[in-house]
Amino acid sequence: MLEIKELRTLHGRKIEALRGVSLSVAPGEMIALIGGNGAGKTTLLRSIAGLLPPDSGEIIFQGRSIARKPSHRVAALGVVYVPEGRRVFPRLTVRENLEMGAFLRRDRIAIAEDLERLFHLFPVLRDRQKQLGSTLSGGEQQMLAIARALMSRPKLLMLDEPSMGLAPLMVEKIFSVIQEIHRQGMTLLMVEQNARKALQIAQRAYVLETGKIVLQGLAKDLLHNPQVQHAYLGIE
Amino acid sequence: MILQQLVNGLTLGSLYALIALGYTMVYGVLLMINFAHSEILMAGAFASCLLLGSPWLQSNSPGVAIVLAMLGGLLISALLALLMERLAYRPLRRAGRLAPLISAIGVSIFLQNAVFLFISDQSLAYPQIFPIRHFETVGVEINSLQLLILGVAVGLMITLHLFVNRTRLGTAIRATAQDASTASLMGIPVNGIIALTFLIGGALGGVAGALNGMYYGTIKYNMGFVPGLKAFTAAVLGGIGNIAGAMWGGFILGILESLAAGLLPNGSDWKDVIAFSILIIVLLFRPEGLFGRHVPDKV
Repeated sequence: MLEIKELRTLHGRKIEALRGVSLSVAPGEMIALIGGNGAGKTTLLRSIAGLLPPDSGEIIFQGRSIARKPSHRVAALGVVYVPEGRRVFPRLTVRENLEMGAFLRRDRIAIAEDLERLFHLFPVLRDRQKQLGSTLSGGEQQMLAIARALMSRPKLLMLDEPSMGLAPLMVEKIFSVIQEIHRQGMTLLMVEQNARKALQIAQRAYVLETGKIVLQGLAKDLLHNPQVQHAYLGIE
Repeated sequence: MILQQLVNGLTLGSLYALIALGYTMVYGVLLMINFAHSEILMAGAFASCLLLGSPWLQSNSPGVAIVLAMLGGLLISALLALLMERLAYRPLRRAGRLAPLISAIGVSIFLQNAVFLFISDQSLAYPQIFPIRHFETVGVEINSLQLLILGVAVGLMITLHLFVNRTRLGTAIRATAQDASTASLMGIPVNGIIALTFLIGGALGGVAGALNGMYYGTIKYNMGFVPGLKAFTAAVLGGIGNIAGAMWGGFILGILESLAAGLLPNGSDWKDVIAFSILIIVLLFRPEGLFGRHVPDKV
């Protein structure tokens, strides 16, 4: 579904944030991308989303090159990115935020059905429909950001640090929602600091270090890989 | 006396409000003051004036002629605003905040001089299409021109308010103003939305220019400057970037100015002083404006 070949992106000054990254995502897969701070995880997702044009390399989505497409065109193709820090529209209501997720759609009836389905998945959003985005708690904002992305009926959903800054209970909740979305058939590419959690729910994973993929494999194998355990799981 | 000045102030204020919307909407999405917006209203005034004097409109009834002239002003100004954005601002989108500002001043000088050279360096009389009737109740006089201005301006503002707050495209404008890059992740074409705000701001400014021409009876190549600055003041007063704020700011400024003109000795000499003192005071003590600021949400 998604094929990335030798992607290189300069970030800001002459620091190479991505130094030849290749990875692939098959339909229906959940892929975790782990790595330390500054490894280039967010840069990679932003490059795929079209927010950061890569300097070289290829990004192929469903047979089409998207490496140099602007972000709104990439979104229109079904690659939807839930950015780090959630980026809920602060002065739009929860409902308006969700409607913006469906900006490109015209099928009013199906939009209403999706809204209903998402309210079922995230009951708190139904209760807070008329509140401004900025008044939600961090966890609620994360749910809104995910729900907003789902409103566009993405083919590939990219999540950037979905559990960041959330209380432990909320982290559990977000991960169970992500699993639920995956069970319903969504293809996911997820960047996560919480490597243990990410590896527990993903099928395959890539480990990124200073702009390069250093390890890849089945998530359950990486969970038991001594190198990964030492560097990312806090196991000596 | 005070009531009379209120009526005058409302009329003037509704013009300021219409113009202020153009400043504030563009600022909302681009964080840039379009200092050539005053030329948008000048263009609207000239386009409508030339249309009214043209043979096509003279055979029409006054009502039809006025509507067509205003539509003409609206169209020309909206197109001009689009062109400005495309040619003078978009190429400088990544060039920092100062470059587009200077470009805007350049556009303003260019347009004034173009009209000066190719249309007229003198004041032109704005044709009076219908005889002005005066109505009087409880000692307050209001004329048909003021009613027209108030009606058109308030009607446009209500339409804009509904558009921005109730429609999908209007919500996309607000989303873009709050966080453009996230908006693009929803598939919202940010460049298109920016162009749309110029288009809307230009259209409102064009109508305001036409009404301004009718109200004062003359137009000139530099006519946009003072009302432009006043409307900018109104936008700042209401909180730049805040659409409702711009409308209220326009009315408040128009009323304060008219009250000063009516109540102070030699008041009309003082009204510009009053308006720009307000600008300075707001900028010094409450730069976010009366109705809250456009908070930059980006980290």
